[in-house]
Amino acid sequence: MNTILNIEKISLSYHTKQGEIKALNSISFDVSDGEFIAIVGPSGCGKTSILSIIAGLIKPSGGKVLLFGNEIEKPTESIGYMLQKDQLFPWRTIEKNTLLPLEIHGLKKDEDKRKNVELLLKKYGLWEFRKSYPNQLSGGMRQRVALIRTLASSPKLLLLDEPFSALDYQTRLSVCDDVYDIIKREKKTAILVTHDISEAIALADRIIVLTKRPSNILNIHYIDTDKSVSPLKRRESKDFSSWFERLWRELNYEKA
Amino acid sequence: MKKPNEFTREHVLYLRKQQSATIFVNAMRIIILVSFLLLWELLAKFNIIDSFLMSSPSRVLSTIKNLIIADNLWLHVGTTLYETLAGFFIATFLGSLIAVALWWSENLRKILEPYLIVLNSLPKIALGPIIIVWFGSGVKSIIFMAIIITIIVTVITMQNAFLATDEGKIMLLKSMGASKIQILIKLVIPSSLKSFISCLKINVGMAWIGSIMGEYLTSRQGIGYLIVYGGQVFKLDLVMASTVILCILAGAMYALVALLEKFLIKDK
Repeated sequence: MNTILNIEKISLSYHTKQGEIKALNSISFDVSDGEFIAIVGPSGCGKTSILSIIAGLIKPSGGKVLLFGNEIEKPTESIGYMLQKDQLFPWRTIEKNTLLPLEIHGLKKDEDKRKNVELLLKKYGLWEFRKSYPNQLSGGMRQRVALIRTLASSPKLLLLDEPFSALDYQTRLSVCDDVYDIIKREKKTAILVTHDISEAIALADRIIVLTKRPSNILNIHYIDTDKSVSPLKRRESKDFSSWFERLWRELNYEKA
Repeated sequence: MKKPNEFTREHVLYLRKQQSATIFVNAMRIIILVSFLLLWELLAKFNIIDSFLMSSPSRVLSTIKNLIIADNLWLHVGTTLYETLAGFFIATFLGSLIAVALWWSENLRKILEPYLIVLNSLPKIALGPIIIVWFGSGVKSIIFMAIIITIIVTVITMQNAFLATDEGKIMLLKSMGASKIQILIKLVIPSSLKSFISCLKINVGMAWIGSIMGEYLTSRQGIGYLIVYGGQVFKLDLVMASTVILCILAGAMYALVALLEKFLIKDK
C-alpha cells in the first residue's frame, strides 16, 4: 500500500498568559492509502490538536505534515474534516448543506462535482430529503448528511473528530456502521480521534495510543479482527474483548 | 399534513381546546379595550372626571376629525413618520455595518469598547442643544436624534449576535479553507438573522423615542409637536388624540416587522 500521509516529529505548545503548555512532544506516523486509523489517549492529551494540525488549521511548533509529499500549510480540499456535532446550517436545505464545500472552493458551477454530490445523496438514501431542513431529520441521518458534505469536495483523507459523541448509544452504534460503510465504499482513508476504546477497536485497522501530556506515541497496534464484517459484528468477536482489555489497561496505566 | 377528518377523537378535542384558548385571549383583549373606552367616556359624560383635563374618547375622535378637516393631520403624521423611518433605516444600516467592522477586527473592538459603553449610558437627549446648533432647528436635527438613539443599541445587539456565532461551525468553514469574508457571508450573517429581527423590533421603539424627543426639542410640525403644543395651551384633547395616533403608528410599524419575521425565518 502507498503511504499518502507522513507525520514527521510534530510538536505543539499552547501559549496563554499563565504560561506555556506543551501538548504534543514529538509525534510521528505514516498513513497508507485506504487505511482506517484511530487515535486514542487520555483526555486532554492533544488528540484533536493532531487533527487540527493535519487539517492545516493550526501550525505545529515543530515538525511537519506531508500529504502526497507536499507539506500542508493551510486547509486543502484533499482533506475533509468531520466534527463532533454535525454542524449542519439550519437555514440551508440538506442539498445546500452538502454543496457548502463546493461553494467555499468556488466550484459551485463544476458540473462533475455537483453530479458527484447528487450521486452520493441518491446512493445513501437522502435524495428525497434534499429539500428538507436539518431539523426535520433524525440525528443519525444528519450525521450521514454531514459525511456527504465532507465527501463533496472529493477529499482523499477524512479526519473524524469524535463524530459520534453527540449521539445517544443506540444511534451511535448504527451511525458508526453507516459511516464506516460509506467510507469503505468510497475508498477513503480515515483518521478517527476518539476516547471510546471499543469504537476504536470496532473501526480501525491500526490504533495509535498516546501518552498523557506532553504526548508521545505510547504504542501502535495492528487490529487483526475480521475486516469483512461490520463494526457492530466485530464487537461480538473474541478478539474484540481481549483487545479491549489490553487497551484499557494501557490507558489506565498511563493515567495513573 | 393529515386532513382534519383523519384525526383521532382525542386530537380533535385537543385542537378545539387550543382554538378556544385563542378565542378567549382575543376576546379578552377586545373586552379590555372596549370597557376602558366605555368607562372613560361614561366617567367624562357624568362629570366624575374632568374632561377638560382627562379628555374623553368622543372628544379625541372629534379632535382627530377636526385635524383631518383642517387638512393638516397628514402633514403632522407624514413629518413624524418620515423622521422616524429615516432614523430607523439609517441607524439600522449604519449600526449593522459598524457591528460587522467590530466583528471583523478584534483590535478595533477592544479599542472602541469604552467609547461604546459611555455612548450607550449617555442620555442622548443631553446632546440636544449641540445637535440643534450643528443641524439647525428642524427635520435634520430630529432625524439625527433618532439615529444616535437607535444606532448604539443596534451596534451592541448585532455585535453580540455576530460574536455568538457557533465556534464549531466557524471551525468547519475554516477546515474547508473558507476566507473571513466567506465566513461572514455564509455563516455569521445568516446565523444572526433572528437577532437582527429582534434588533429591528427594539429599533422601532428607539426610532420613535428619537423622533418624538427631537420634536419636543425643536419642531414646527409633527405628532411630537402637537403633543407639546397641546400641553402648552392646555388642549388635552389634542394631546390625547396625538398619543392615540402615535400608538396606532408605532403598533403598525411593529406589526410590519413581525410580518417580515414570518417571511424571513423559516427554520423554526
